[in-house]
Amino acid sequence: MSYLEYAVKSTPTGFRKFLYMNWPLTLLLISVASAGFLMLYSVAGGSWMPWAEPQIERFGLGLTVMFIIALVPIWFWRNMSVLAYLGSIVLLVFVELFGTIGMGAQRWIDLGFMRLQPSEVMKVALVMVLAAYYDWLPSHKTSRPLWVLIPVVLILIPTAMVLKQPDLGTSILLLAAGGGLMFLAGVHWAYFAAVIAAVVGLIATVFNSRGTEWQLLKDYQFRRIDTFLDPSTDPLGAGYHITQSKIALGSGGWNGRGFMQGTQSRLNFLPEKHTDFIFTTLAEEFGFVGGITLLTLYGLILIFCLVTALSTKDRFSSLVTLGIALNFFLFFAVNMSMVMGLAPVVGVPLPMVSYGGSAMLVLMAAFGIVQSAHIHRPR
Amino acid sequence: MKQRNPKSQGLAYKRLPRRALILGGLQAAFIGGLAARMRFMQVDQADEYRLLAEENRINIRLIPPTRGRIYDRNGQIIGQNTQSYRIVMVREDAGDVDEVISNLSDLIPLTQDEIDRAKAEMRRSAPFLPVTLADQVTWEDISKVAVNAPALPGVTPEVGTARLYPRYEDFAHVVGYVGPVSDYDLSQIEDPEPVLRIPRFQIGKVGLEAKQEITLRGKAGAKRVEVNATGRVMRELDRQEGEAGADLQLSVDADLQQYAQARLAGESAAAVVIDCETGDIRAISSAPSFDPNLFVRGISVADYRTLTQDNYRPLANKTVQGTYPPGSTFKMITAMAALEAGVVAPGSTVYCPGHLKVGSRRFHCWKRGGHGTVDLNLSLKRSCDVYYYDVALRTGIDNISEMARTFGLGVKHDIPMSAVAAGLAPNQEWKERVHGESWLVGDTANASIGQGFMLASPLQLAVMTARIATGRAVKPRLVRSVNGVEQLSGAGEPLAVNPANLEHIRKAMFSVSNDRGGTAYRSRIIADDLRMAGKTGTSQVRNITKAERAAGVIRNEDLPWERRDHALFVSFAPYDNPKYAVAVVVEHGGGGSKAAAPVARDIMLQALYDGTPPLEAYPVGDRERIREQQKRLEGDRRPKARPTEKERA
Repeated sequence: MSYLEYAVKSTPTGFRKFLYMNWPLTLLLISVASAGFLMLYSVAGGSWMPWAEPQIERFGLGLTVMFIIALVPIWFWRNMSVLAYLGSIVLLVFVELFGTIGMGAQRWIDLGFMRLQPSEVMKVALVMVLAAYYDWLPSHKTSRPLWVLIPVVLILIPTAMVLKQPDLGTSILLLAAGGGLMFLAGVHWAYFAAVIAAVVGLIATVFNSRGTEWQLLKDYQFRRIDTFLDPSTDPLGAGYHITQSKIALGSGGWNGRGFMQGTQSRLNFLPEKHTDFIFTTLAEEFGFVGGITLLTLYGLILIFCLVTALSTKDRFSSLVTLGIALNFFLFFAVNMSMVMGLAPVVGVPLPMVSYGGSAMLVLMAAFGIVQSAHIHRPR
Repeated sequence: MKQRNPKSQGLAYKRLPRRALILGGLQAAFIGGLAARMRFMQVDQADEYRLLAEENRINIRLIPPTRGRIYDRNGQIIGQNTQSYRIVMVREDAGDVDEVISNLSDLIPLTQDEIDRAKAEMRRSAPFLPVTLADQVTWEDISKVAVNAPALPGVTPEVGTARLYPRYEDFAHVVGYVGPVSDYDLSQIEDPEPVLRIPRFQIGKVGLEAKQEITLRGKAGAKRVEVNATGRVMRELDRQEGEAGADLQLSVDADLQQYAQARLAGESAAAVVIDCETGDIRAISSAPSFDPNLFVRGISVADYRTLTQDNYRPLANKTVQGTYPPGSTFKMITAMAALEAGVVAPGSTVYCPGHLKVGSRRFHCWKRGGHGTVDLNLSLKRSCDVYYYDVALRTGIDNISEMARTFGLGVKHDIPMSAVAAGLAPNQEWKERVHGESWLVGDTANASIGQGFMLASPLQLAVMTARIATGRAVKPRLVRSVNGVEQLSGAGEPLAVNPANLEHIRKAMFSVSNDRGGTAYRSRIIADDLRMAGKTGTSQVRNITKAERAAGVIRNEDLPWERRDHALFVSFAPYDNPKYAVAVVVEHGGGGSKAAAPVARDIMLQALYDGTPPLEAYPVGDRERIREQQKRLEGDRRPKARPTEKERA
């Protein structure tokens, strides 16, 4: 516990802040992103274009954003939380009205140089606002019904809006992250037990609604669930993605087929090989060893976030760090479960690895907050 | 710096590290689960997934084999493979499909039907797959497309092979034709080779092409290609060349065949020429015939209807498939049976008053007044019926039937042609088995002159004649060599008959076509070393009623065509050293001496001289007429097909 007890009497200032950053976390992020560049280079058939190069540029931008945010004191970010939350809500409304329609859902705002996905921003903003809320709330009120209702509403508003896009995957992630944060904040067990019971009931209702007038999910969502439950029924149709993904992943074996030798991804059997299914390519080309390595890197990122959270005495810092780590965990856990056939195909990218600008930028910004919490932790 | 509210008191705050560790623990457990799943898939089940991946990736494409070619005995090509051109279009290269097609139809003739079919196919198939727009395109059209290539993106000419029969009608019945494999064909074959499932793959449908399909087809090669998810070939991994089909050389002489076909033209008739020494079929013509190339391309409904509705049945192969009552050509068999049975001697005589009473029924001789006293030689020369009624009754049907089989009647000859008929040489047992009635003496009388139940194909008659001529069990041979390997000769073993008896028969046959008064005297050959022996036959296809006989038998010319008698003639030559046996059947041709014998003689001479015979071989009085006929036939004969002999070299 020596590291946890490591104490600096005063908050560092100026360039000294760099020295007090969570460097292991920074290095881990760079290594994970580098694995992503390698895979993007590979799936493009050994070319930096069209994916790897833009991704590197964006990561550079993301790193810069992370440093800038890290240098700003954490209490500033706490004060910005409500604004961030409200801003994200506005963005969600905006995307609802003017957003670009892609893949059957309204998700993006085209900013010209990149496409902003407000639901991604909301993931971080929600964590921030909840952390600020529990930072503000006197702790003896934490489990009182009225004071539990407020964060629940804060969670449900964006969740509902994302669900309406419709983006089932992200809305579930929002719920899980928000719920997780409430759990961390110390809300009483009974609430969670009640919610879990309610969710089970809801799932049953959703399934019963199928085919009726008040059907709660779109047909494609039901189909995704169906094919998840039994992909073999329709190997060339709806179950195609899962089946092909499993074939590619399984055929990687212990050592993999070697860099750029993954036949399944190179021959286009894999769908979305540069985004949602990039882990499959990695697992095909580098095998079990490569997959475990990436998983370990992810695990280490979580551990270093936990270290930051537990080494600070500031409640907001702890909560926001853990919330961001939880978000990050949910990202890769859902994505990996999906490509391994453990979860339905919900369209969640692999964090820091999948091609895509806005998710990475938002994540880097979020890690900037984690870094800021680490630098400015009261000791 | 703002003073932070530590909020270090209270229950909730204390919970944070604990709950953080709980949540972290859950996350760690989940990560462990993911790792276990990964291990399960990538280590435990890796082999299964590896196999699935290979199946995904590798596709086996067949390379269709080149079909074997068919030559005549002198190396003239009968069935060959030619390059055929077609125009294909790749949708993804074409851009605006409609515009390109309209450009193309300005250049070459395209039917709306072809366009619609191609468009429908394009909608169904992957955008990078070529779709055939026009098949069997001429070279000029191909050139036009090539020249205008810039205006026709995605359109390319492709070369394939197609079967061509350069001898057209001449070999339609022998060689048959090929056509694309149909669902019916597939259903007929047990465990069909995969090559048969190649679209547009052609197999033999009829005739030699069908019977020798396996020999001609060869073995398909295969190439393993790597394909991507949409089926596009990325590269070829390896290739195993197939084996081309074997070339067949027929025993048939294409020029003689052509002559026979031309000589039969206008009749519904068949002619077979057999080499007595080897059993080689030198010519086997069925008239009228048809152009097999029509079937290769896919015959039009109108053309097909014309063929099927013709009374002369051009699609029927009369040489092996058609069976006819052999009529008087059967008399040699009856005579042989009687001689072998010892019931008659060559010199013993029978009196012919014009009829013979058998049981309660009168059997008439064709000559109303009768032939008077006849012996074997005279009976055959004049074709007296009563003589044969008489000796047959003494010989018995079973002996006659046995003798017929010895000479190849009533048995199916093994030659690779479609629907080879066995004919019929009936005996007592047969009638009881098939008709459930006992054999009557009247049946024997009918059978003795090749009427009644007796049936033979022209091929069988030719084989019979060759066996009479040589005394050996000559077997017909159609395929002389396969890929240059000579096939078994059809010379055959000596027959189990007394050669002296056979010599009597041959002598009598000589009289038929060389002695004044012989039924085929007018169709004799006068070249001394090429003298022909033969026998006419006229087989009834109707019963002559008592009333009609009383009123005078109606002459053939006055009957409707389909009720006239069949005219037959069998012969061999040269008499001293038999080289060829010829059988000719002219359906409803009338008398054998008039309708069949001259045809057989002409074909025989053509064979003997291996080309147009000199007029000196013909009787003096006929020469002028024959010269005219030769000139006419020469004009009729189709010019030789386009020169594609490069292939043979």
